[in-house]
Amino acid sequence: METLNYRYENGTRTLAKNPQIVGVVGSGNLEVLIESAPLDGACTIEIKTAAVGFGAIWEAVMHDFHERWLLADARISINDMGATPAVVSLRLDQAVQTMLEDAR
Amino acid sequence: MNAPRVWNTLEVNRAERLGRARAVLGNQMQGKALPAARIADLLHAVLECGDRVCLEGNNQKQADFLGQALAQLDPARVNGLHMLQSVLALPEHLDVFDRGVASKLDFSFSGPQAGRVAKLVSAGKLNIGAIHTYLELFSRYFVDLPPRVALIAAEAADRHGNLYTGPNTEDTPAIVEATAFKNGIVIVQVNQIMDTLPRIDVPGDWVDFVVQSPQPYYIEPLFTRDPAQISEIQVLMAMMAIKGIYAEYGVERLNHGIGFDTAAIELLLPTYAESLGLKGKIGRNWALNPHPALIPAIESGFVESVYSFGSELGMENYIRARPDVFAVGPDGSMRSNRALCQAAGHYACDMFIGSTLQIDLQGNSSTATLGRIAGFGGAPNMGADARGRRHASPAWLKAGEEARRGRNTIPRGQKLVVQIVETFREHMQPAFVEKLDAWELAEQANMAIPPVMIYGDDVTHILTEEGIANLLLCRSDEEREQAIRGVAGYTPVGLGRDKRMVEELRGRGIIRRAEDMGIDKRMATRDLLAAKNMKDLVRASGGLYDPPKRFRNW
Amino acid sequence: MSSYLELSARERLQQLFDPGSFEEFLPPSERVVSPHLAQLNAPVAFDDGVAVGRARLNGEFVYTAAQEGGFMGGAVGEVHGAKLVGLLQRAVLDNAPAVVLLLETGGVRLHEANAGLIAVSEVMRALLDARAAGIPVIVLIGGSNGAFGGMGIVARCANVVVMSEEGRLAMSGPEVIETANGVEEFDARDRALVWRTTGGKHRYLLGDCQMMSADSVAAFRQAALDAIAACAGGPVELTLEALEREQQLLAERLARFGAMADPADIWNSIGMADAQRVSMLDADAFVAAAAAHRLGAP
Repeated sequence: METLNYRYENGTRTLAKNPQIVGVVGSGNLEVLIESAPLDGACTIEIKTAAVGFGAIWEAVMHDFHERWLLADARISINDMGATPAVVSLRLDQAVQTMLEDAR
Repeated sequence: MNAPRVWNTLEVNRAERLGRARAVLGNQMQGKALPAARIADLLHAVLECGDRVCLEGNNQKQADFLGQALAQLDPARVNGLHMLQSVLALPEHLDVFDRGVASKLDFSFSGPQAGRVAKLVSAGKLNIGAIHTYLELFSRYFVDLPPRVALIAAEAADRHGNLYTGPNTEDTPAIVEATAFKNGIVIVQVNQIMDTLPRIDVPGDWVDFVVQSPQPYYIEPLFTRDPAQISEIQVLMAMMAIKGIYAEYGVERLNHGIGFDTAAIELLLPTYAESLGLKGKIGRNWALNPHPALIPAIESGFVESVYSFGSELGMENYIRARPDVFAVGPDGSMRSNRALCQAAGHYACDMFIGSTLQIDLQGNSSTATLGRIAGFGGAPNMGADARGRRHASPAWLKAGEEARRGRNTIPRGQKLVVQIVETFREHMQPAFVEKLDAWELAEQANMAIPPVMIYGDDVTHILTEEGIANLLLCRSDEEREQAIRGVAGYTPVGLGRDKRMVEELRGRGIIRRAEDMGIDKRMATRDLLAAKNMKDLVRASGGLYDPPKRFRNW
Repeated sequence: MSSYLELSARERLQQLFDPGSFEEFLPPSERVVSPHLAQLNAPVAFDDGVAVGRARLNGEFVYTAAQEGGFMGGAVGEVHGAKLVGLLQRAVLDNAPAVVLLLETGGVRLHEANAGLIAVSEVMRALLDARAAGIPVIVLIGGSNGAFGGMGIVARCANVVVMSEEGRLAMSGPEVIETANGVEEFDARDRALVWRTTGGKHRYLLGDCQMMSADSVAAFRQAALDAIAACAGGPVELTLEALEREQQLLAERLARFGAMADPADIWNSIGMADAQRVSMLDADAFVAAAAAHRLGAP
């Protein structure tokens, strides 16, 4: 298992109160827990992954994710079982979209 | 003064072989039929060392009884055979080399046996003449590789040796024509001998020996894909294919390479494509095996015609009930023909779309992996521009125009050749690489050139979960490379992109993302599939489709 | 029509019960994860593979749990089991009208060894305690993993078992039977045989499951409602009479069918002829055809 942590500062979009979770920790899949949290405006992402040694790819995927959504005061926690970047991005977007829909 | 040349050596030799066979089988022959127990005696009598022998290992149909008998021959009596074979599918197809009965091979595809082929090659027991596509191999049967003996499979024979090959006619016509009209010997295994055949697919005049095999010949259900295995990512790519390519070019005539990616497209026609108003505008005429995944599209009226290379196990009754769509004879059953369908796919289709394992920076596409010599099957033929084509269609003209826009060259059309692939395969293996494994395989296996399935020059579009790269619009090698990097996602090739250039290519429409095509990724769920499992397919067929056991849980 | 089989546990909870009514106990944000998996360097899930809480069904609160088959095959570890036990105990405390368990599980999570075994046995006890307190327990089985192992036993401790034909219910898994007794005894790769033996239709015909449902969330929802209604007004606790009746049923089953090699032989013997046809009937048609022939209490 490998744990990766990322923190982004320049976000603007805050989230609703209720945490949301999407995905399942199965082979080639992951779960994404997204919560509103007081982080001085930052967005933090913690990833616990069974696929070791792909830090550079995770970093690129998270960077693009943050550029897409610019979340602020958001805490994202991931349990991953070898999902490809395609599935990771999909789940992250699904998590944010579920949050935004819930807020309406 | 020279002795006058003899001009009928083949005919004389054929008569000698037939004479030996008669001598050894004697009164056990009933017309052309011999008892199954005597097959080894027949083969020993009829074969000569070094013969070119064409054995039906087709993609689906296998002359397994004859293949086993061949592999069991005494190598002291028969050896050095030169095998001509479309597909090496069964263990006995390699046993024949392992035991020293055969030593040379010209073939097209070896799928399940690819590892063993590689081992026998490096052990010096198997000498590959060349790897071909199917149509290419058949073509050589008429030029420089005529079979001396053909071992084929048919559904049934009558007392005159006429054959019924039925839905799984496949390669048989090409093989028999090449053999019978060069004084070769045709031996057929049949499931049964009948008084009256449903129809005659091969005239008895062309057939020399008939043997009823103890078991019906084996058929591999290669083209069945369980919809339950289709992922959301594959649904997304299918949506992009339909909206970004099929609709864009108006693709009416096409071939799908087999795979879950194309199965997803087939299952999205009655749902997603229908919602875009595309019925009657795309996917009308197919050069395709009878894919069960196509059933909903047929039922919904999208599909007008399907001509097939072979049949597909379990589809026989459905095909019988849809004679307007499939190539059905007056007897009610289908006839397939690999050679003609390959020609149809090459010349009469405006698009090929299929998956692959690796793509390099020029767009060369390869399924070659180390330690396996798998060959290509029909893909290179389907996935190639047909330069000999002359008739126009809107899709062909549009593709050709895009490729030649702004260049000082005579106008012509071009076939759409689409490679659809996820950026990462299993175990996080990238599909995009700087150098194909094919190079190393070529060195390993002593090949003249790296085995490439589809050359970059022929690839017109690359479609991944990241979007579509339109290579037709690229005007330099550098643009082409960056267009490929631009859809290669987070693979090292993708991460190595020139970001500014990729953005510029996107601005010019050379790279299109899902959102550029107006596709909402949230719609990409399995709910969009017209059938989500095998039972759904059976229901869609009105109970006519009968899936093989391995695909059923009932 | 939303396939129950295709949905995740959480999607089933969202779609089966009244919209927006599911309140979760110990939600993922509490991060009550398995301590054992972390030690084994294996990935955890924030809910340890089961969501528990309460939700409304036609306006009435029921207590519910849904196992996530995608995480470790839905197998029960210490935390997962404790959540199920806690749910059942909370249902008793709150005098819930019913408990509805959406099971999808391979049984004990072997990674957690004794902790997993103990967890499953505690679930059995808690379930029977709930029944003793007058709370009907309904089990829904319709996921691709079925309900196996110790949780198969748990399922049979419930008042009503509802299955789709895609669902499976048994103790030993097919691969285990083949490994222990040989492929002639049971070919685990013969999927038709596996479903004939452990699938919903066979279980319904034998009387191990009391209700059949189509593979749709709507059908399972209705079946849950019907099951709760059927339990109302009668005793829900486990009685000696019920147990003895069950033992009698099992003895008869063994006597009648013990020598038969295939479930299709059993179906023939009870008058449900033509195994292939039985397999293709949809849920309603199957229930109608089975009515005159199936075994077990009505």
